[in-house]
Amino acid sequence: MSVLQHAARIAWKDLRIELRSKEIVYTMAFFGGLIVVIYAMAFPVRPALVRAATPGMLWVALAFAGTIGLGRAFDRERENDTMRALLLAPIPRLSVFGGKAIAIAVMVLSVAAVCTPLLALFLQAPLFEHPLPLVLVLVLGAIGFANVGSVFAATLLKVRSRDVLLPVILYPILIPLFVSGTHATEALLAAPADLDKAWYWIGFLGIYDAAGLVMSLWIFESLVIE
Amino acid sequence: MLAVLSGLGFVVTLYLAFVYAPFEPVLLFNQKIFYYHVPHAFMLFAATATCGVCSLVFLKKRTPKWDDLALASAEVAVLFGAAVLISGSIWAKAAWDLWWTWEKRLTMSLLLWLVLVGYVLVRRFAGASADRLAAGLAVFGTLGIPFIYTMVDKSDHHPQAGSGGNVMTLTGPMKLVFWSCVLTFFLWFLTLVMMRVQSARAERELRELREQGLDAGLLT
Repeated sequence: MSVLQHAARIAWKDLRIELRSKEIVYTMAFFGGLIVVIYAMAFPVRPALVRAATPGMLWVALAFAGTIGLGRAFDRERENDTMRALLLAPIPRLSVFGGKAIAIAVMVLSVAAVCTPLLALFLQAPLFEHPLPLVLVLVLGAIGFANVGSVFAATLLKVRSRDVLLPVILYPILIPLFVSGTHATEALLAAPADLDKAWYWIGFLGIYDAAGLVMSLWIFESLVIE
Repeated sequence: MLAVLSGLGFVVTLYLAFVYAPFEPVLLFNQKIFYYHVPHAFMLFAATATCGVCSLVFLKKRTPKWDDLALASAEVAVLFGAAVLISGSIWAKAAWDLWWTWEKRLTMSLLLWLVLVGYVLVRRFAGASADRLAAGLAVFGTLGIPFIYTMVDKSDHHPQAGSGGNVMTLTGPMKLVFWSCVLTFFLWFLTLVMMRVQSARAERELRELREQGLDAGLLT
């Protein structure tokens, strides 16, 4: 079997555990929703302000909720020491990384599927005027987050204060991702929407994801192996 | 030797910058901080690149000396970065009457500095396997530099508050003074990094000896 098939199998294992317990997705989505409600109450809802502020709210909600889900998803492997079993399995280690990253990306996207409509509902943000580019931005953002996130969450498994260190490590590295995601969303929300700018930032995100992916594939093994 | 040279350099550049160099026609006296601010920024970028490259080599080869070098340059880079941000802020207040603006060089230095502070925090608090973790952070942080550069260049969020221009276009005495300041701070940077590498190596060897002693049952 190829690397990709193994990766798909590991991702499916993670997602099946999640489908049975629904722990991570429920808590992540609830937390993301909470952040949206807090934002809606903390900032004045004026139409001019909504168009400018909603992209930032969306991406911060995703970053926070994503970090929670990421920590929990890897804690699951730590509790029964199954990460070692996964790394010992007679499959390429890149498939372990790939499988984990795919599962995380799916979970982040499911949170986005909750937060985006909620923002549109509470703030009357015109988020669905250009659904296709918006979905593309969110998918690319989730892939980039899951990619870098899985590398560091896996490395942090053996570290004492991992819950504190995960965001400390992740956010400075992911600044390009969050900023370009915000710019793309903002361009889509502007009145009238600036599609050229949105596509520029979508391309930027795509290149960022590709570079991050190459780097992860290159150093993942040296990071997690004793 | 390096320490003596950079010490001499400090004295000489003080003279050069404040007595020898002419006043800049627009900014007058407050342009003097430029001779200190910009070399610090150069060293910040040099140290970050060193840290990233050494970390990558360390991850691939697992030779601890590369890790010592990465740690040393990251810590020195945090220092130089703090100096850049503070001196830049002072200069911005004097020249533009603003303590901070989201101009592209400021943004980029700040973001870079945040990655380095993250690196040092990880080294300090992550315990046993911190070296590889931090190396991964440095590698991804360095990978992000071109993206941050393009990003702050293209986004129209940042007011162009008239930054100092291109240092390559300096002429006459200002050019001489500027590059001698760069040289001085480069020597100073090397001194700091080499001292830090030595202490990092000593710490590591002490730790290894202690582990050997524990294994041999000589220590409790």
